[in-house]
Amino acid sequence: MNNFTVEAIELTRLYGGREAVSNVSFTLSKGQVLGFLGPNGAGKSTTMKMLTGNLAPSNGSVKICGIDMMENPKEAKALIGYLPEMRPLYKELTVDEYLTIAARLHRVSAGNIKKAVEVAKERCGLGHMSKRLIENLSNGYQQRVGIAQAIIHNPMVVILDEPTVGLDPIQIRDIRALIREVGAERSVIISTHILPEVEMVCDHVQIIDKGKLVFNGAIDVLKKQRIGNKLLISMHNPPSTDELLKIAGVTEVEVLSAGQMRVRFADNATPAEAIVQAAVQNNWGLHQIAPDQTSLEDVFVQLTYQEQAVTEASVS
Amino acid sequence: MIINVARKELKSMFASPMGWVILSLLMFAFGTYYLNGVNDYFAVMSGAMRPAERTGVTQFVGQMVYGFASFMVLFAVPLLSMRLISEERRSQTLPFLFSAPISLTEIVMGKFLGLVAFLSILVVFIAAMLCTLNIWADIDFGFIVANSIGLLLMVASFSALGLCFSSMTQQPVVAAILTFIALFALMFLDRFFAGDPSNTLASLSLTRHFQSFSGGLIDTADIAYFGLFIATFLTLTVRRLDADRLRG
Repeated sequence: MNNFTVEAIELTRLYGGREAVSNVSFTLSKGQVLGFLGPNGAGKSTTMKMLTGNLAPSNGSVKICGIDMMENPKEAKALIGYLPEMRPLYKELTVDEYLTIAARLHRVSAGNIKKAVEVAKERCGLGHMSKRLIENLSNGYQQRVGIAQAIIHNPMVVILDEPTVGLDPIQIRDIRALIREVGAERSVIISTHILPEVEMVCDHVQIIDKGKLVFNGAIDVLKKQRIGNKLLISMHNPPSTDELLKIAGVTEVEVLSAGQMRVRFADNATPAEAIVQAAVQNNWGLHQIAPDQTSLEDVFVQLTYQEQAVTEASVS
Repeated sequence: MIINVARKELKSMFASPMGWVILSLLMFAFGTYYLNGVNDYFAVMSGAMRPAERTGVTQFVGQMVYGFASFMVLFAVPLLSMRLISEERRSQTLPFLFSAPISLTEIVMGKFLGLVAFLSILVVFIAAMLCTLNIWADIDFGFIVANSIGLLLMVASFSALGLCFSSMTQQPVVAAILTFIALFALMFLDRFFAGDPSNTLASLSLTRHFQSFSGGLIDTADIAYFGLFIATFLTLTVRRLDADRLRG
């Protein structure tokens, strides 16, 4: 018996012979926030639908806290809070009415419904919207109602499909804080294509491309790939590359444009200070020096591209 | 759990003017019929000299009102049932129900019972209206009970069929039209076989099975017919929703 909250085992989903998701396996433990990344049409939402029992997998199985989604769907679903991509809101109802129905359907006991609704509203910043019709709320507030609906029964696993779409920056910050808060004691899966968001909120990342899992690991691994041993230097009177290579630790110099260079250095070396000293002594006119970070986007493109290259190589 | 889905359905029904308008208009129509029925009773009975021509007031007025009611619900039920699933499908709210810890059968049963509960308001009101005749006459309560049960079963069968058609489409209007056509055909099926009343197809007609109730007779064969009718269409609805999950 393990204590995984979510176990996806070789999930495969076919749409008319085409594999929308193929052989996706992963596990999630309590207290983890998993970010689901991928380009449009990669199979993020399909995977989430299978995890929540909205779609039957063609192959493979899902276990929520050890309960099989296929065999005991009711028990498994009771442990999940799900916000699909399209918010499932009944717009003719008020926020309170809607959340009460959500609590009732998710088996919150009759005595606790009122309290559960209050707590969910407070957590999502909806306190002053209780009596408003959902129809009349702004996009951002509707999204909050959607999230409130997903956490109202305090589920073990919260699955949010693109939760920050359509929110303003302050709301995004609030929602991220909420996700971290929920993630501290429960498990959260979010899907997004906003890459910095993943870095801020998640501690596990999965990149999915064309239905296949391309990357699955801790966020630190991804971060390491991103912050390489590179410096970006801009100078008014740039020296020749040989001169820079003489500085201890520098292994490679790449001229980007007039006056701009990218310097790679060995692991454990910190050549920045030496470069600055040399620049002052030789009057290179240094005006900028900064660690060169590959953006997460680049890592993402690399990973999805690598996968493509590998498959192409194996085909040929 | 079924109750919770039904309650949600009732809440949605009363949250929009649609439910109230249909209820009030129908009650207005039934009330008018009832008053006309009472007036006609005196006009007809004063002209009927022979004892064989005289009928009780319950039967006279009741038959008028219930006959009219069973015809009017033919229009009302498709309007109410069309939204049940197709609207949810269109506004993509079905995942809300699918990801809650309830089975498809419970969802369908809940929606069905929600609609039947709404329509039973009509049945109760009609019965209450006819009971007011008791103030100046001795009425036949058994007749009213039989008719109420008949009307309720008929309305429930309509709802089951409407729910089934609602689950097949995304457009509520399409569901309403299909339901109406199907119900109309089933209601008047026996008219097509007027020359051959023993035809199997004619016995599928809903009207024919309502007839015994409207005469004040509670026949188990008819109850079984309505029960099977409802079960068939609810099962089809569950199957249709299950196909959503399987085929996506």
